[in-house]
Amino acid sequence: MAIRWRDYPAEPYFDELIGPGGVPRPGAQAVARHLEKLGSEELAVRQKAAEAAVKGMGITFTVYHEEGGSIDRSWPLDIIPRVIEATEWRRIEAGLRQRAIALNKFIDDIYHDQRIIKAGVFPREYIADSVNFRQQCVGISPPLGIWAHVCGSDLVRGGDGVMYVLEDNLRVPSGVSYMLENRQVIKRVFPELFEENTILPVDDYPSQLYDMLRAIAPPGVEHPEVVVLTPGIFNSAYFEHAYLAQQMGCELVEGRDLAVDDDDCVFMRTIDGWSRVDVIYRRIDDLFLDPEAFRADSSLGVPGLLRAWRAGKVALANAPGAGVADDKLVYTFVPDMIRFYLSEEPILPNVPSYLCADPKQLEFVLANLATLVVKPTNESGGYGMLMGPKSTAAEREEFALLVRANPRNYIAQPVVQISTTPTLIDHTVEPRHVDLRPFILSGSDVHVTTGGLTRVAMRKGSLVVNSSQGGGSKDTWIVDGTN
Amino acid sequence: MLSRVADNLYWLARYLERAENLARLVEVNASLMLDLPKALAPGWQPLITITGAEALYAEGTRDTSERAVVHFIVADAKNPGSMVASLAQAREIARTIRDILPREIWEHINELFLYVSEHATEAINKRTRHAFLRRVTLGTQTLTGMLEGIVSEGPALWFMTLGRNIERADMTSRFVDVRAVAMLPVHGSPLRPFATIQWMSVLRSLSGYHMYRLKTRQRVYPAGVVSFLLADDSFPRACVCCLRRAEEVLVHLPNSQSLLRRLSRVRRAVENTRFETLDPDALHGFIDRLQRAVGRTNDDVARTYFRGELTLSRRTATQSQSAG
Repeated sequence: MAIRWRDYPAEPYFDELIGPGGVPRPGAQAVARHLEKLGSEELAVRQKAAEAAVKGMGITFTVYHEEGGSIDRSWPLDIIPRVIEATEWRRIEAGLRQRAIALNKFIDDIYHDQRIIKAGVFPREYIADSVNFRQQCVGISPPLGIWAHVCGSDLVRGGDGVMYVLEDNLRVPSGVSYMLENRQVIKRVFPELFEENTILPVDDYPSQLYDMLRAIAPPGVEHPEVVVLTPGIFNSAYFEHAYLAQQMGCELVEGRDLAVDDDDCVFMRTIDGWSRVDVIYRRIDDLFLDPEAFRADSSLGVPGLLRAWRAGKVALANAPGAGVADDKLVYTFVPDMIRFYLSEEPILPNVPSYLCADPKQLEFVLANLATLVVKPTNESGGYGMLMGPKSTAAEREEFALLVRANPRNYIAQPVVQISTTPTLIDHTVEPRHVDLRPFILSGSDVHVTTGGLTRVAMRKGSLVVNSSQGGGSKDTWIVDGTN
Repeated sequence: MLSRVADNLYWLARYLERAENLARLVEVNASLMLDLPKALAPGWQPLITITGAEALYAEGTRDTSERAVVHFIVADAKNPGSMVASLAQAREIARTIRDILPREIWEHINELFLYVSEHATEAINKRTRHAFLRRVTLGTQTLTGMLEGIVSEGPALWFMTLGRNIERADMTSRFVDVRAVAMLPVHGSPLRPFATIQWMSVLRSLSGYHMYRLKTRQRVYPAGVVSFLLADDSFPRACVCCLRRAEEVLVHLPNSQSLLRRLSRVRRAVENTRFETLDPDALHGFIDRLQRAVGRTNDDVARTYFRGELTLSRRTATQSQSAG
């Protein structure tokens, strides 16, 4: 079937590719024309080819099955790219860089002088109640003063066309490998478009990551041994851990491969015996990192690792305790942090948010549950939320009790009319909602990925983009429209 | 190299080699069944014996029909020694060490596993069997070629070479043990031409017929085949050749002195045996000892590189630092 953008039902949302009247957005003209020329039958053939490539390349993610096992599923990729014009992207990039710098300053401040609290900008009790605040990190100064070396921020575009930051993931954000793999697959699927257009490349991420990790090595180590620490093959992001280790040429270690000696140095067990480790890109949550310091029942971690980090004998990325800023309540203060630490105005806005921790705002939230989205401050992956407009009265009542019992744990936001982009659904092209997760690396300088991972809710009307809950993904093209 | 990774590489090679040997085993038995008169045909039971799965098989069924045995050997996921299970293990391991091997190798193992698990029933059907098994053998051989062609010399390649040769030495000795020992008493009987066919089939199952003729310049005879498969120094599937290749990689690995000493003792014992003087019982006894020696080598490798006690004190730490 032919594709006619004039008939494409972009309304009532903001569509990323097709503007009012079926006219492609800036930067998207060539792609839109090309898709029209191919037609949906040919697109379906290419979609099949992409799926075969994904399977053959072994691009997978792991889902936990109810019966206890875990299943390795092929990564879902929709071949129609999500396009962002380069000029707009440069502004977003600047906004993300600004945000990452402010967040790192905030974390460092919280574990040292707490200037932002003393200045009355950030309430002390919000830190005291944070489950991600680590007493063990107080007074520690990691190399370069950086705590959140890798940040994955989720962006959504509203009905007003404005790109909002929805959350910042500062603990162990994942998805970057899929961004890289999506590009590999889509290059095979649409080679002609890559020849004709200036689509900015994404593939230097692993070397940027490696450079950053080397830069944070303990002082005096000339050739640092960098490793990636994974919880193991059953972790849902294992694919990514292995992928990044391979791309960087580092060892992929598990907790059982490492040990800490009496001098607080970290070693890995090799065929030659014990060998010193200087930098660990850890993909294990804080609480499982070191059974001596945190959860004693963790078999994933390394006894003594926190001790080694505190002694400055090993660098950890992200640093323990960085998650203190990965909290939806703290998120609401990011614009204030930018003003406080950088004396700049935020480039990227937050989604307007109500703090349930604040009694006045709490009353407003409870009175307007039917129109708001209520989110737990410490969950990720879209779990434990109330989608007001789609909820029943009973669900709202139940949620009101939860919120009242622990207001610190919730924030509320108006429903964002998240933008859509054309997606291949059963041989036709239909609008589906998308978000965007760029990744920001902070070391001696700050580096933002070119674009990021676009996630798409494959079910009609759904806003759930998480791959564990039926979401798909797209290649993200930053297109230089000037030539 | 991490001990855990070395362990994985070693077993990855063993599982892949096992899958290939199982394909060879089914293929040759099938052709043997076509060549021999019904009364003499060994049936399919010996395959279960060769793979050392008699007890497990008996738990499931007494049916030793072609269908049941081939299913068990190729497609039965509950049989940990089956082709599907071996490739599933290989794929799982390859997945855990994707960071070590070039991407093409992972993709190839992944595709081979997907092919075998989706087409395993083709091994049961006589008409489709040959093409299926050929593809498996070619698939694993392609992988061996890739290792040679695109993997740098170093611990990854060495541990895989070690695993492959240990598995191969073990499997070849099993082939000889079960097929050859059972056939030895036939000499002098009027059934001799059929006996020759059986010996040829043993050689063919290991793709060794051609190399045997080139090497010995003789007709196929029992002691000649046994000696070729166990003691030949240059045929890649012969036990001595496998052991020698294992020794060659061990030379590159750290702390291998005692392993090397023991391994070369085993190899020399095979080289110095005059197989024409052995009766079936003696040969069986010899192979039994050889298999146990190979098993011990496996344990020694594990103790030396993968799992042995290793204390982390101030002294070992500074030592390994200055060494690295």
